[in-house]
Amino acid sequence: MKRKTVSVWVGGAAGDGIASVGESLAKIFARNGLHVYAYNSYQSVIRGGHVWWQMRAGAEKVYTQPENCHLLIALNQDTIDQHALGVEKGGGILFNSEKLQVRPEHLANGAQSMGLPMTQLTKLPIMQNTVATGAFMFLTDLPLESLEKAMQERFAKKKPEIIEANIQAARAGYEYAKTHWKGLNLGLELSKKQRLVMTGNQGIALGALAANCKFYSAYPMTPATSIMHFLAPHGPKYGLLVKQCEDEISALNMAVGAGQMGVRAMTGTSGGGFSLMTEAVGLAAMFETPVVVANVQRGGPSTGLPTKTEQGDLFQVLGASQGEYPRVILAPQTIEDAFYTTAEAFNFAERYQCPVLILSDLMLSEHTETVDTLDLNVKIDRGEFVKEYHDEGPYKRYLDTPTGVSPRALPGTANTLYVSASDEHNERGEVISDVFTDPVMRKKMVEKRFRKMDYAKKDLVKLYPPKLEGTANADVTLVGWGSNANLLRALMRRMEEAGTKTNILLIKVIAPFLSDEVAALLKSVKHPIMIENNFTSQMARLIRMETGFQIQDRILKYDGEPFVPSEVYTQIKKILAKGAPAASPVAAAR
Amino acid sequence: MADVAVYKSEVKPDWCPGCGDYGVLNSLQKACAELDLAPKDIMVVSGIGCSSNLPGFFNSYGMHTLHGRSIPVASGAKFGNHEMNVIVTGGDGDGYGIGVGHLIHAMRRNLKLTYIVMDNQIYGLTTGQTSPTSEKMTKTKSTPAGNLENQLNPIALALAAGASFVARGFSGEPAHLAEIYKKAIQHKGFAIVDVFSPCVTYNKTNTYPFFKERVYKLEDENHDTNNYEAAMKKAQEWGNRLPIGVFYANSDRPTYDESEPVLANGPLSKAAFKPLDPSILLEFV
Repeated sequence: MKRKTVSVWVGGAAGDGIASVGESLAKIFARNGLHVYAYNSYQSVIRGGHVWWQMRAGAEKVYTQPENCHLLIALNQDTIDQHALGVEKGGGILFNSEKLQVRPEHLANGAQSMGLPMTQLTKLPIMQNTVATGAFMFLTDLPLESLEKAMQERFAKKKPEIIEANIQAARAGYEYAKTHWKGLNLGLELSKKQRLVMTGNQGIALGALAANCKFYSAYPMTPATSIMHFLAPHGPKYGLLVKQCEDEISALNMAVGAGQMGVRAMTGTSGGGFSLMTEAVGLAAMFETPVVVANVQRGGPSTGLPTKTEQGDLFQVLGASQGEYPRVILAPQTIEDAFYTTAEAFNFAERYQCPVLILSDLMLSEHTETVDTLDLNVKIDRGEFVKEYHDEGPYKRYLDTPTGVSPRALPGTANTLYVSASDEHNERGEVISDVFTDPVMRKKMVEKRFRKMDYAKKDLVKLYPPKLEGTANADVTLVGWGSNANLLRALMRRMEEAGTKTNILLIKVIAPFLSDEVAALLKSVKHPIMIENNFTSQMARLIRMETGFQIQDRILKYDGEPFVPSEVYTQIKKILAKGAPAASPVAAAR
Repeated sequence: MADVAVYKSEVKPDWCPGCGDYGVLNSLQKACAELDLAPKDIMVVSGIGCSSNLPGFFNSYGMHTLHGRSIPVASGAKFGNHEMNVIVTGGDGDGYGIGVGHLIHAMRRNLKLTYIVMDNQIYGLTTGQTSPTSEKMTKTKSTPAGNLENQLNPIALALAAGASFVARGFSGEPAHLAEIYKKAIQHKGFAIVDVFSPCVTYNKTNTYPFFKERVYKLEDENHDTNNYEAAMKKAQEWGNRLPIGVFYANSDRPTYDESEPVLANGPLSKAAFKPLDPSILLEFV
């Protein structure tokens, strides 16, 4: 079954305006009723390098970036040399024929050479991408008005002459294509259905705003910075203060300070910054202060691959900070999920007075996708407070309760003075580590803090029940987490269409791990295959640690680029050809 | 004026007998009493070290945070509720060693915080190692042949980093110290008070007699606290005469809290919860 989609690649050097073409096209697709999925491959340079925007759109849900394209918009020779053979038969390469060359070997797979004589079509060389986009509109049978509108919006703050010149350039490209080539006749089913075009980090930022987060402190770090970039201009209108800090140590410690005062506070970073934050994660746990931290993973270790995706920080986040302490770790899967999970993270943080860590990855946070709609009116649960206190004895901030949750009095309240200490303390908050260490109290406080997680777990099972998605009694179960949810759904669709009964298991709740539920599911499946972006299969190892269940077949990718669906498909086929693995000794021992 | 006893907590200080930090605590309680600050409106934030135990002995809200991180946590608290009087306390290792990066940025940021450093020129809680303010060639457990690094000058550092209030006190002069605290707490902006607070156990050089013989009061010599150059000159004095008092005070510099538009509507901690206006989604369509 061949779905009617359009695939486009836009390539050039950093500074050529690749993302602006890509973003404009994404909106144009969405405004014409199409689903969109786009991934921008780039490097850690401001000028130069190779930027490669890969986007697919279609009337049915699209889950991944395309492996080949109908049209390649090439803004430099490098793009032609690298990607010309990825253009499908009958597709075309749009390029500036006065500066760049398409040679016969570039057309070996049947692409058409679509040279645009730029100086005839626009006066300004900077508008060559607009000319090419105009040609694209004709070739894919999309309305030119959509591009004109996108140009007006993109240059809204510029002089009217600039807007007019861009519109002229778009029209010139459109007309040139009409005169010289035939449309590709892709049969796109356009409609009036409107969808939102967003990135995962925008989902996270919007989730924070919807949850009434009022303080976001951060230090710039790719690929988390765009959360701050969204909140800095938008936050003030909604009463959110954004503070860029001197480092990530400060960023999380400030958020803890704000959280202590009763403000919903958050920070965001990537693995390197999270390394610096880890001590403060433990501080929040010991203070029992609500705070939300987003770690958007990139290739590690050390500076690693700043602009490339990986899922290598799972154990880092699990092992963050010394000692043992309760916390919730959630890994969102899609942009909608990033929005709702972030909003819910604040509820967990306040209900259980603990740090909540959101583990995203570059692919999820930075890719662009259409989202049907978002319900901004999210549930708010601020947990238990003491607003007035008139009891005889002093207020106990760390009162040992049946749930482990001690109702919070916010600083500024009368009659509830207390000091929170990073040292072990008693119910009043008084340090027990100096002068005389009290083992009985120590034990009691450890148990009190951990008791909260028994209840958090119950909430998590209800809210995010682990489940097998897709057909029951499947022959193969694909297991994954984070941004690979999209990939797994695409693969499931493909496997089912090829006649293999397939379902998927996505792990979202990382801590407290929902061991019983996940173990029960894994016991019921015939052939699980773990698919994740790291070398050591951290999620498979976590599952084994938490459930005793060993997933033997693993498809791992750690080169920085996202999975290519057809490659994973081939690997799955190979694994299935070997037959189901014998029950693992670990599983058998259970 | 409130009773000083109001600011004493149920926990008795566990510092060594004769520790300089007792004077720091008493003077701070006196200053708060004289300013009539309600304990519920005070948040005392410390790092880690002997002196950082102070919040536990002070009857108000408090946070005893991580080593070197008192300033960011306190800054977050101030951002969270800027109606609170946020007082940061700690030692020289905490503030000038592990936490000095935060200190420099706090000073240029000029968020209204009062920062009191109990400077004993030694690491006490870890039983006597060299500190950033130890004099050169000081013999400690970690530098048995003498410390090879130059002594940090916190007053000059504060002036260079743009602190809008810079002072030094001596815990052996408690009445004078309390007066400095009152000015620091009332100062509009970030105020730093470095306090000679002798460690009677591990620092056998910079003792009470050492300071008593050397300290003199800046106000006795008609020092102009508005004059930055004069302050920087006084900051260089170290030897037989050690100035205490206010080196520099500048209330004209805008504070971060009054310059941040989001805080103009009142404390973040008191903001009402509202559903997000759907118009924000328009830019995604």
